[in-house]
Amino acid sequence: MTTFIIRRLLQLIPVLLGVTILVFSLMHLTPGNPAVIMAGESAPQATVEAIEQRLGLNDPLHVQYFNFLGNALQLDFGTSIRDNIPVFEHIQPRFLITLELTIYSMIFAIVLGLLAGIVSAVRQYTFSDVAIMVVALFGLSMPNFWLGLMLIQWFSINLGWLSPTGWGDPDQLVLPVIALGTAGAAIIARMTRSSMLDVISQDYIRTARAKGVKERVVIFRHALKNAMIPVVTVIGLQFGYFLAGSVLTESVFAINGLGRLIIDAILQRDFPIVQGAVLVVSVSFVIVNLIVDISYRFLNKRVDLN
Amino acid sequence: MSENILDIKDLRTSFFVEGSEVRAVDGVTFQVPEGKTLGIVGESGSGKSITALSILQLIERPGEIVGGSINFKGEELTEAKNARMRDIRGNEISMIFQEPMTSLNPVYTIGQQLRESYKIHQGLGKKEGTKRAIEMLELVGIPSPAKRVDQYPYELSGGMRQRVMIAMALACRPELLIADEPTTALDVTIQAQILELIKELQNDIGMSVIMITHDLGVVAETCDYVAVMYCGKVVEYADVETLFENPRHPYTVGLLNSLPRHDVDQDELIPIKGSVPAPDEMPTGCRFAPRCPHASDICSKLPELETQEDGNDVRCWIYTEEWDGEKGVAVYDREHTT
Repeated sequence: MTTFIIRRLLQLIPVLLGVTILVFSLMHLTPGNPAVIMAGESAPQATVEAIEQRLGLNDPLHVQYFNFLGNALQLDFGTSIRDNIPVFEHIQPRFLITLELTIYSMIFAIVLGLLAGIVSAVRQYTFSDVAIMVVALFGLSMPNFWLGLMLIQWFSINLGWLSPTGWGDPDQLVLPVIALGTAGAAIIARMTRSSMLDVISQDYIRTARAKGVKERVVIFRHALKNAMIPVVTVIGLQFGYFLAGSVLTESVFAINGLGRLIIDAILQRDFPIVQGAVLVVSVSFVIVNLIVDISYRFLNKRVDLN
Repeated sequence: MSENILDIKDLRTSFFVEGSEVRAVDGVTFQVPEGKTLGIVGESGSGKSITALSILQLIERPGEIVGGSINFKGEELTEAKNARMRDIRGNEISMIFQEPMTSLNPVYTIGQQLRESYKIHQGLGKKEGTKRAIEMLELVGIPSPAKRVDQYPYELSGGMRQRVMIAMALACRPELLIADEPTTALDVTIQAQILELIKELQNDIGMSVIMITHDLGVVAETCDYVAVMYCGKVVEYADVETLFENPRHPYTVGLLNSLPRHDVDQDELIPIKGSVPAPDEMPTGCRFAPRCPHASDICSKLPELETQEDGNDVRCWIYTEEWDGEKGVAVYDREHTT
C-alpha cells in the first residue's frame, strides 16, 4: 500500500508540470502585450518598459517559465498588479472559503445522492423510484446559478428564512450548498442506482441472503461496498465540477471565494492572481483524484493502477 | 423407513412477466428422507433451481410462490416469518451454488465471509469466529487455511472457491444441504473431489442433501433417491437403483439413452428429439408429449404422478388403465443398441 501511494505521488509530477505550463501560457497566449494591457493603452512607453522589466517579460520564454515554476514551488506567485500585495495573501483566505463551500456541497451531494440512489435501486420501478429519478433529472438539468436565484427568491425574499448573501454563519451556508450540490447529488444518485441494481443481481448477494443475512445488512454491507467502486470515480470527477461551479455560485450569493477572485482578476487583467488561483484550483483537483485512486484501492483489492 | 426431513407437496412458483404467468415450478411433490441424498435431475429450465430457492424462500420479484406446501421437520416454510426464515437459512438449511467464481463477495476476505455465518447464527465474535473459520477451511481440504482466511476470493481457484462455499454452507452444521449443480462449473478431476467431500461431510454431520444436477453420473454416484423434473413438474420419483434398473417415464429413458454407456456395445447415442418447449407454447397435456416417441391421443391430457407396484412414482399415461396407445410398449430396452 505504501509503495502504491509513493508510486502514485511520483506520477503526479508530470501532471503538475503540465498544469504549470498551461497556467504559465495563460499570460502569453492572451493577445497583446501583457505589460501594455496592465499599464493601459495610453500609458507612456517608459511605464510599459518598467512593467516589462519588473515581470521579466524580456527574458527568453523558458527562462521566464523556470522562474515562474521556481517561485510557484515556494508559493510565491508574484504580487497583484492592482495593489502590490502578494498573490498568495489574496488567494489564501479566498481559497479556504471556496474549499469550505466545495466540501460542504460535496458532503451534501454524496449523502443525498447515495441515499436516493440506494432507495431507488432497492425499490426499483415503484413510485419512490420513479419520483426520485424524476427529481434527479430536474436537479441535473438546472444550472446552479439559476437554482441559486430561485432559492434566494423562495427562501430569502418570500419566506425570509435564510440569508441570501455572504458566507460564515450557518444560515448563510444552506442556500449556496444546495445550489452547488444539487446537480452532483443527482448524478451520484443516478450512478448509485444503476450500480446498485447491477450488484444486487449478482450471485454473491444471493449467497449472502442464503446465509441468513438481514436484508438491511445485505444492502449496506454486501451490495453497497461493491456498488461504490464506480460511484467513487464519479464523486472524484464531481469535485472538479464543484470547484468550477463555485465561480457562479459565489457570484450569485456574493461570497468572497476564490471563484469571485478569479473573475474580478480576469476583469481587471490581474494576471498574477489569475495564474496563482488557477494553479491552486488545478492542484486541489489533482490531489482529490489522488485520494479517489487510493480509496479505490481500499474498495477493490484487485485494482492495480500501474 | 426413516422420517422425511423435508416434504414438498404441490409446490407452485410462478414468474409474472408482462402480464403473463410463467409457471417455473408447477406442482412439484417430493420427499427428502432424513440423512439421505435426493437427486433432482432435469434439463436447464426444468425448474430445479427455482424449486431449491423456493425451499429457502429466496424467490424474488417478479417471482412468487403461488401455492403448495414445504414442510421442514413439521414446520411449514411457506408460512414462516422473515425472521424465522433468516434463522433457518445458513443454519438449518444451507445452499451451495453452481457458480463458485461469482458466488463469493469480491470485496471481503474469505474469513470475513465465513465469520458472518458464525456471527449471525451463533453470536461468535471476531476471534472465535476466525478460529472456527480456519477449522472449517481445514475440514473442506483447503491447504494452509490460516493464510487463506485473510485472502480475497480472486486469489483462489474455482475449485478452492467451491470448497470455501461448502465451508460456508456447512459452517453451522445444517440439517439439510441444497447443492445446486455444485460441480458443473468445475474441471472433471475437481468435480469428483468436491462430490467426495460433500459425501464425507454428510456422513460426519449426518445431514440430508438435495443434489441438483443435470448429470445422471453424479446422481448414480451420490444419491439415494431421484426426482426427475421436466417443465416444472416431477415426472418420475424413485430410489436410485430402481430408477437406473427400471426407468418408467419416457423422459427418464431419454436421459439415460443419451448417456454414453460402457456396459453395452453402443454404436451411437440416442438424443431426445426436439427441445424444451418455451413457456408460452407449453402443451396443456403431458409436457413431454411433443418429444415423446410413444405419444398417443390421451397424452393431450395431463397425467397424474402415480405410484407403481415397484415403488416408482411416474407421471405417464402408459402405466394407467386409460392408456390408448400400443399395449405393453417397451419404453426402456436395457440391452438396446441402436
